[in-house]
Amino acid sequence: MSAKKLNLKDKYRLLTRDLDWEYSYVDRKKAFPYEEFEGIKITDWSKWEDPFRLTMDAYWKYQAEKEKKLYAIFDAFAQNNGHLNVTDARYVNAIKIFLTGVSPLEYQAYQGYAHVGRQFGGAGARVACQMQSIDELRHVQTQIHAMSHYNKYFDGFQDWTHMHDRVWYLSVPKSFFDDARSAGPFEFLIAISFSFEYVLTNLLFVPFMSGAAHNGDMATCTFGFSAQSDEARHMTLGLEIIKFLLEQHEDNVPIVQKWIDKWFWRGTRLLSIVAMMMDYMLPNKVMSWKEAWEVYFEEAGGALFKDLARYGIRMPKFVEVTEKEKEHVSHQAWWIFYNYGHAAGFHTWIPSDEELDWLSEKYPDTFDKYYRPRWELAKKMEAEGKRFYSQALPQLCTTCQIPMGFTKMDDPTQIAYRSSDYEGEKYHFCSDGCKHIFDEEPEKYVQSWLPVHQIYQGNCGGASVEEVLRDYYKLNLGADNLDIKGSPDEQRWKEWKGVA
Amino acid sequence: MTIEIKTSTLEPVRNTFANIERRFGDKPASRYQEATYDLQAETNFHYRPLWQPEFELNDKNRTKIVMEDWYALKDPRQFYYGAYVQQRAKMQEAAESSYWLFEKRNLADYLSDDVKNLLITYLIPLRHIENTANLNNMYGCAFGYGTAITQALLYNAMDRLGIAQYLSRIGLMLDGNTGQSLIESKQHWMENPAWQGIRALCEEMTTVEDWFEVVLAQNLVMDTLVFNLFYEQLDGKLAAMGGRDIAMLTEFMQAWNKDVNKWFDSVLKTVASESDENKALLHAWTEKWQSKVLDALKPVIQELLEPEALDLAVAELEKRIKKAGITA
Ligand SMILES: [Fe+2]
Ligand SMILES: [Fe+2]
Ligand SMILES: [Zn+2]
Repeated sequence: MSAKKLNLKDKYRLLTRDLDWEYSYVDRKKAFPYEEFEGIKITDWSKWEDPFRLTMDAYWKYQAEKEKKLYAIFDAFAQNNGHLNVTDARYVNAIKIFLTGVSPLEYQAYQGYAHVGRQFGGAGARVACQMQSIDELRHVQTQIHAMSHYNKYFDGFQDWTHMHDRVWYLSVPKSFFDDARSAGPFEFLIAISFSFEYVLTNLLFVPFMSGAAHNGDMATCTFGFSAQSDEARHMTLGLEIIKFLLEQHEDNVPIVQKWIDKWFWRGTRLLSIVAMMMDYMLPNKVMSWKEAWEVYFEEAGGALFKDLARYGIRMPKFVEVTEKEKEHVSHQAWWIFYNYGHAAGFHTWIPSDEELDWLSEKYPDTFDKYYRPRWELAKKMEAEGKRFYSQALPQLCTTCQIPMGFTKMDDPTQIAYRSSDYEGEKYHFCSDGCKHIFDEEPEKYVQSWLPVHQIYQGNCGGASVEEVLRDYYKLNLGADNLDIKGSPDEQRWKEWKGVA
Repeated sequence: MTIEIKTSTLEPVRNTFANIERRFGDKPASRYQEATYDLQAETNFHYRPLWQPEFELNDKNRTKIVMEDWYALKDPRQFYYGAYVQQRAKMQEAAESSYWLFEKRNLADYLSDDVKNLLITYLIPLRHIENTANLNNMYGCAFGYGTAITQALLYNAMDRLGIAQYLSRIGLMLDGNTGQSLIESKQHWMENPAWQGIRALCEEMTTVEDWFEVVLAQNLVMDTLVFNLFYEQLDGKLAAMGGRDIAMLTEFMQAWNKDVNKWFDSVLKTVASESDENKALLHAWTEKWQSKVLDALKPVIQELLEPEALDLAVAELEKRIKKAGITA
């Protein structure tokens, strides 16, 4: 009995992947059938390095401590009417977008990681995915509980899951995750663990969580910080999967590159909603979208891709476009919502004069030139009692499903129409990036459930837009939608605050 | 002078989310309700899965069981994530102090070689059955329908990983942290003829397509028999052999089994009472898997326990089947 005592790494291996074994009685491919169809070559699962070492007993213990603290704060928040501490009623609209647009993605992450957490043949990867699955379930549920109190006092939260399945702009986040989950297991991990969680996640969570902190929203900010240690684990999984795939076989490199190209672009389009939230919806600003993009993508991402160059991985395609887009995208997105504010489940408004000045300062090359004039016009019309809403339904990009309102980035006065023909039909896109994604996998994207097409085809209830909004989306018209000015949200806020 | 006292109670606009209100009326809801009902997307999926184009991403047709409302399968324990981890943290705290005591008092040193051998040959290999249970519950979680059942299946899957890890730790305590006992016990799992029936069955279970079938095969049939035989009945035998202290290390499994049966029995009861078709399916699956599991267990139980052991375990299973209302 002279065997050596185990080190931590070997011990964790015995407590996780050693539970698995080589099958002798059935074909292992029947138990793990989805590992090969994407063309990825795994020669040796044992080369997988566990991205973190957490046994279940420790997991229960740490997570329970976190939940205890978190729920104590939620309870106190509700008891003390914590919603009264936010900067003003406009702020709450940012977290309406979060609950209706982002929380359902946490749910899909839970489902997606459960799927790969069953399907990967390598037990090390499987267990890491299972832990992420249960974490993501945590995220959606704690978000619901954080918003539960807001839902009691503000409009627009109440039917978030029903809305997510139907409302036009929510098909942008929904289709993003449907796309990832309907892909094979390795693409799912490159899409979500690497491209999203590792490369872009800071651009989603930092804005919302610091936004919450800057605007007195204790509930959101607490769940955000509480989720951070989970996210740290998720990011290590993102890094491990990419290294693992690239080191397993050189044939994996072009496949992985293709996925990075696709998911980077899909991610930037999804983040345009965050961009407008940061620049327009937070009464107390954190930083501009452009600054966030520079810090969290250009600097951090630049270093990462330099690191990956030794595997033959280059920067994502169309990255040069984003360099121009960061100057425009938030302004164009908020303008779209301002125009379609009657059809949205949250309120819109014209930036205040100080906010317009802040935007000029943050966007010296573009704001005064292209965007301030629009807001000045809107202001003038509003003052004349002519707050306008666009009545025509917009055309949507077949890939990202955002209304075709983005311009050419070299000429911000021209909408960037792109199109492709496939099997006798024409499909429209907002950008070269979205067109490229379609052209690579047209069979997939012709399936897109485009909300505007669906309305025209009569698949969303009534004949008029109003009927669709009221009966199919279940919006409380006159309460959930339209301008913040004159809304019940604003009225209640004034009563609570004792201002006329 | 009169002082006007302002009552600063703020009237809420609504008590809960609209989907909860549609189900239970306009009244305050529990955290379990708000974190469970209608979370999963129901309609308007954008793309069919490349890996299963015959189904939607979320699809009720991945099992033959039919439910009018899959959210009828609520969890009597009301476990949402926060409630779940806090409950398990309490259980692990108790387990931790037992394992700590066992190590501190060097209780492994008092075990005879016979007891140690028995544990390595017959108890530690259960970690591989737990690994299978983890896969089968993950399968149900990924392919099941509705948050009510899928979240409970995920908790169950993670529990099984936890139990597999506790079993592995028992091995590490026997071998002084060298891993030798785990290597030996895995050899039994892989080569000992007594175990091959069960191993073959575990492999087969991971290829079953219908998620409800495999979840039933695992959580009702396999688990009832295995937990009764290897924890309850084996406990008695160990005590008689001077290995009473092992019970400290398997207390978690016994407490866990009670907790989980409460949930799964209620799931089965709800599914069975939904329709005669469901009941017939459950019955057919139960019969099929009962005979498979019994055949597979026979050789190992013959070596390990008294001749009537299997009958005792089957009686336990029949009790549960009856309670759930699964009849022909
Ligand atoms: Fe998350
Ligand atoms: Fe995450
Ligand atoms: Zn697009």
